[in-house]
Amino acid sequence: MEEKEPMFSAKILKLFTNPINKDNPVTVLILGICSALAVTVKLEPALVMAVSVTLVTGFSSCIMSCMRHTIPNRIRLIVQLVVVATLVIVVDQILQAYAYEVSKQLSVYVGLIIVNCIIMGRIEAFALGNKPWPSLIDGLGNGAGYGLILVVVAFFRELFGSGTLFGFQIIPESWYISNGGFYENNGLVILPPMALIIVGLIIWIQRSFNKQLIGK
Amino acid sequence: MNANSNTYTFIYASILVIVAAATLAVTALVLKKSQEKNIEIEKKLNILASVGEDAGLSEAKRKKDFVEETYDTYIVEDFIVDGAGNRQEGDAFNINMAEEYHKIKAIVASKDEDKKESLRSQLRLPVFVYKEDNGALKYIIPVRGVGLWGPLWGYLSLNDDFNTIYGAVFGHKGETPGLGAEISDKAFAKQFTGKKIFSGETLTSIRVMKGGAPKNNPHAVDAVSGGTITSDGVAAMLKDCLEQYQAFFIKMKEEFKILN
Repeated sequence: MEEKEPMFSAKILKLFTNPINKDNPVTVLILGICSALAVTVKLEPALVMAVSVTLVTGFSSCIMSCMRHTIPNRIRLIVQLVVVATLVIVVDQILQAYAYEVSKQLSVYVGLIIVNCIIMGRIEAFALGNKPWPSLIDGLGNGAGYGLILVVVAFFRELFGSGTLFGFQIIPESWYISNGGFYENNGLVILPPMALIIVGLIIWIQRSFNKQLIGK
Repeated sequence: MNANSNTYTFIYASILVIVAAATLAVTALVLKKSQEKNIEIEKKLNILASVGEDAGLSEAKRKKDFVEETYDTYIVEDFIVDGAGNRQEGDAFNINMAEEYHKIKAIVASKDEDKKESLRSQLRLPVFVYKEDNGALKYIIPVRGVGLWGPLWGYLSLNDDFNTIYGAVFGHKGETPGLGAEISDKAFAKQFTGKKIFSGETLTSIRVMKGGAPKNNPHAVDAVSGGTITSDGVAAMLKDCLEQYQAFFIKMKEEFKILN
């Protein structure tokens, strides 16, 4: 029998931290861009989306890993879809029941977690070949890496687009032109193209710090 | 058993689907009550917002209790009217305006007066009555229409002269953020206060004017900039829905005249 690995060995921790930085699903693998554009106008929905996606990637990877030896190869992708879809609908239902305001803002994008490429990507690339525990950590790590970018993008978009953070006014009311000041919220930041530009800037900054990521 | 045989695949798929279906059914059953409650609370909050009674919400500790309490205190009556202004039996709160909107659309589109008449008699339009602390009554009606990307809705409260708007609130499903979505902003809704929906005896509704409404025009408000189609949608929504309530308004105006 092989030697049992400790629950939080360095290897396991790497599974969690790598996707947050050098294997980031959004900035390095360029997955899940669509929803990163759609739900990042305000911080609160972005955060809820980040948590939802993290939970779904984590648990779907874990469940698929538990099932990996039994799945008939011919219906492998369909089985994955059923598991992911079930989890997403459960998350959607819970949001509707306990975070109604946010679920209204997220609208269809909760349902669209199903087609977030990160989830299927991690199942295919990792969960089907690894044990449940590392798969869970890998899924959570990738979800967190995705979520981190979402929150950073939402931070800038809410601050410059609405002058608020989590709905609280940050930029003083007296600065606004309507109150005799010099400042106005930037309408462009609210629209999706600006999210793409912010993601681009994040990629730029990340690569200028980590030369390994450039042009392999 | 051979994991690649047809039998295994069929059995595997069947069990998986049954397990998934059971999980979803249980989740839906367990959460249904609080989901329905959320929708009810939101509707009550919108009704209250149209008469400005939502002001205390940000200080309220428990949003749900606040809404329920305020609603029970201030909304003293609700009833249903048809397109001819006659009262109908039924539960006004649970009327689905999306369904009524289909009928309204058919009425607006039809050119045949007889058909319009018969369609109107099938309408079931809710009216909510708000009683201010000083005893004055305001009448709240729901409105519904379409914007650029999806449905629009709102609540309009009228003074008991059935002409002057007391307050309004608008919502939308997915208008463009920063542009059309601004209709759900308080600043947009606030413009409606004090506007008149009748000019003499004819229903004029409220125009939502691009480039700004002329000052002193009691029948127009400013459109939202960059949201022309949404603004037009609001104007059409008000016109179409108010027309259906017109018979009821005229009846009530008569009563109002007699009383005064």
